[in-house]
Amino acid sequence: MFMTKEKSQTDILTEAKNITGSEAIIYSLLNEGVDILFGYPGGAIMPVYDALYDHHDKIKHILTRHEQGAIHAAQGYARISGKTGVVIATSGPGATNLMTGIADAMIDSTPIVCITGQVTSPLLGSDAFQETDVVGISMPITKWNYQITQAEEIPEAFAKAFYIAHSGRPGPVLLDITKDAQFAKFNFKYKKCRHLRSYIPEPKIEESKIEEAAKIINEAKKPLVIFGQGILIGKAEKDLKEFIEKGNIPAAWTILGLSALPSNHPLNVGMLGMHGNYAPYIKTNECDVLIAIGMRFDDRVTSDLKTYAKQAKIIHLDIDPAEIDKNVKTTVAVLGDVKETLPILTKKIKSNNHDSWINEFKEAYKIEYEKVIKPALYPESGGITMPEVIRRLNEITKEEAILVTDVGQHQMMATRYFRFKHTRSIVTSGGLGTMGFGLPASIGAKIASPKRDVVLIVGDGGLQMTIQELGTINQSQIGVKIVLMNNNYLGMVRQWQELFFDKRYAQTYLVNPDFVKIAEGYNIPGLKVTKREELDEAIKKMFSTPGAFLLDIAVEKEGNVFPMVPAGASISDIMLSKEK
Amino acid sequence: MTEEFTISIFSENRIGLLNRITIIFTRRKLNIESLTVSESAIHGIHKFTIVVNSTEDKIKAVTKQIEKLVEVLKAYYYRNEDIVHEEIALYKVPTEALMNSNKIEELVRKHNARILEVTPTYTVIEKTGHQAETNALFKALNEFKVLQFTRSGRIAITKDNVEFLSNFIKEREKHKESLNLN
Repeated sequence: MFMTKEKSQTDILTEAKNITGSEAIIYSLLNEGVDILFGYPGGAIMPVYDALYDHHDKIKHILTRHEQGAIHAAQGYARISGKTGVVIATSGPGATNLMTGIADAMIDSTPIVCITGQVTSPLLGSDAFQETDVVGISMPITKWNYQITQAEEIPEAFAKAFYIAHSGRPGPVLLDITKDAQFAKFNFKYKKCRHLRSYIPEPKIEESKIEEAAKIINEAKKPLVIFGQGILIGKAEKDLKEFIEKGNIPAAWTILGLSALPSNHPLNVGMLGMHGNYAPYIKTNECDVLIAIGMRFDDRVTSDLKTYAKQAKIIHLDIDPAEIDKNVKTTVAVLGDVKETLPILTKKIKSNNHDSWINEFKEAYKIEYEKVIKPALYPESGGITMPEVIRRLNEITKEEAILVTDVGQHQMMATRYFRFKHTRSIVTSGGLGTMGFGLPASIGAKIASPKRDVVLIVGDGGLQMTIQELGTINQSQIGVKIVLMNNNYLGMVRQWQELFFDKRYAQTYLVNPDFVKIAEGYNIPGLKVTKREELDEAIKKMFSTPGAFLLDIAVEKEGNVFPMVPAGASISDIMLSKEK
Repeated sequence: MTEEFTISIFSENRIGLLNRITIIFTRRKLNIESLTVSESAIHGIHKFTIVVNSTEDKIKAVTKQIEKLVEVLKAYYYRNEDIVHEEIALYKVPTEALMNSNKIEELVRKHNARILEVTPTYTVIEKTGHQAETNALFKALNEFKVLQFTRSGRIAITKDNVEFLSNFIKEREKHKESLNLN
């Protein structure tokens, strides 16, 4: 009854007669090379779970403790593996619980396919039990979505979903499948999608634009590269390196571009954004040519647009035409995958020397080092600082680890101070700033890269938003190293209250549980660290213990993240300390 | 500066696409002045005509966001001088008014309108034109108490010499062939 395709795909069915919609879903996933799912069962998706039962040798399923955990885990998996993350949930609340993750994946361009069950098609629109208009709800936060009401639609819809999620600028896609379509039988035939008439994932490259850009770069005296996740998505790390090395151009990164260029690269001048490094901040408003590569001029990067890089010619390389001139008006826009456009641009630019310009960055770094970095990394008194914990993590992991963060002060400290040798080594919620993202995302990251250490840096607020995923870590034996920066505060909000709201700490103090005891309840060993002297040994103990581990570190309660550009201010108004 | 723009969108005929398009406006708090949807000259391709008041920068950004939608083939925006546009209006007036005066006949002639239906109680008049023109007739007819008035959204045709859409579809067909599918 079954036919198989020849050659490499011998064990994957591309055709099968008289199978159920649910089986067709499993075969569709296999045809797309999916071997892991993150999900949570429920009434309207039960037929798919039943079909999955027969295929657990080919597709592993990670049972999370909440659908939000499932999608964040899939995001962590997608970001580290470069593959599409797949999530399964039931109708109604199961589907609505995915929405935060979908919005997060949309704004951070993460390829995700969500499969949700739906009530049987005759019940659609009748306010049936666990019925919600998931397609309607997810419309503004998905790249594409579709409701399947007939089994026959499954192969084409799945092929389209994977093609759309992964191609061009990636994003989340949702397929909502009624229960009757999961049960119905039909003749299955799978064909991968490679073309849609109305969808152009990669715009045509215009050589003349690259020529124009090269001319401007060749004439530049003070060029600055700012790059984002486009480098990672396009797998253009090597191309970026060759470009900046040939042009001798300093390069700064957005939070999502982190790890695309090794931390120790001489042209790596640090992080952009509200809490980025001092040099790229002030130099953005001094450079003569700003070359933005695979980034979208987020307001956290630009701050006040009216005063942002007004003196500079702006070159913008991006795959998404809608990003051009959206926030910052460009002098030259180079559309296309940076994997293709960067090498052409590199060929067209002259080898150059900008050493004295680069020196200006080094001078600015020295100021930041003395005022901010040194006291943060090597505090002489007071409580443990987050940066010193990160410094010890760098030293002990030899900069080999994957970093996953939650959202808040610890996230900014981690992205500022964690060091990277390898690309694709960070998972963080950039655009949406989703507290509770870290713990489940670290599960996905570890599954994507089981041999590397995965260090989750998380705050006491964010950890408690998805703490139930310790259950997933326990059940699926995920060896994540959890470093809890515990200051008994919602630290970032508290910092703003201190700086801009007269220290009126409204609802930011947290009375916390004993986190080590909670971990213990999930069979996860842990340690509490309250003194600087204990830190080293505790970190070493964490890495020498096989499997997951929770390190609860009592850090300085009212520590602040600097530098800082207050929201809406000009990037020239950067604060290096409370006193400015 | 705020101006009136007409956005033309060519898309696949898919459930929910209208919603996806309008969300792009509502998210930016842009009010849609008029919206018309129907099948275009090319079978299977639907055309949306949307009239919005805003600045060119905003309209440009919105048009790009619309074109980014997976099932949208092309989106263009135009100023009024770039297009020939038309709306259709229907007016229901009491027949009694028609019988008692020759003013209505005069109005119909003057405004280039036509009478669609006459019953003992009411008469239906139709006029096509720009909004100002259909409004002018409404004002004139309302002397006789218009019972009902309704106006369609705008439809528009470009003054371009090049038919961008058919060229686009040809290009996409070529691309498909180059992939050697099947």
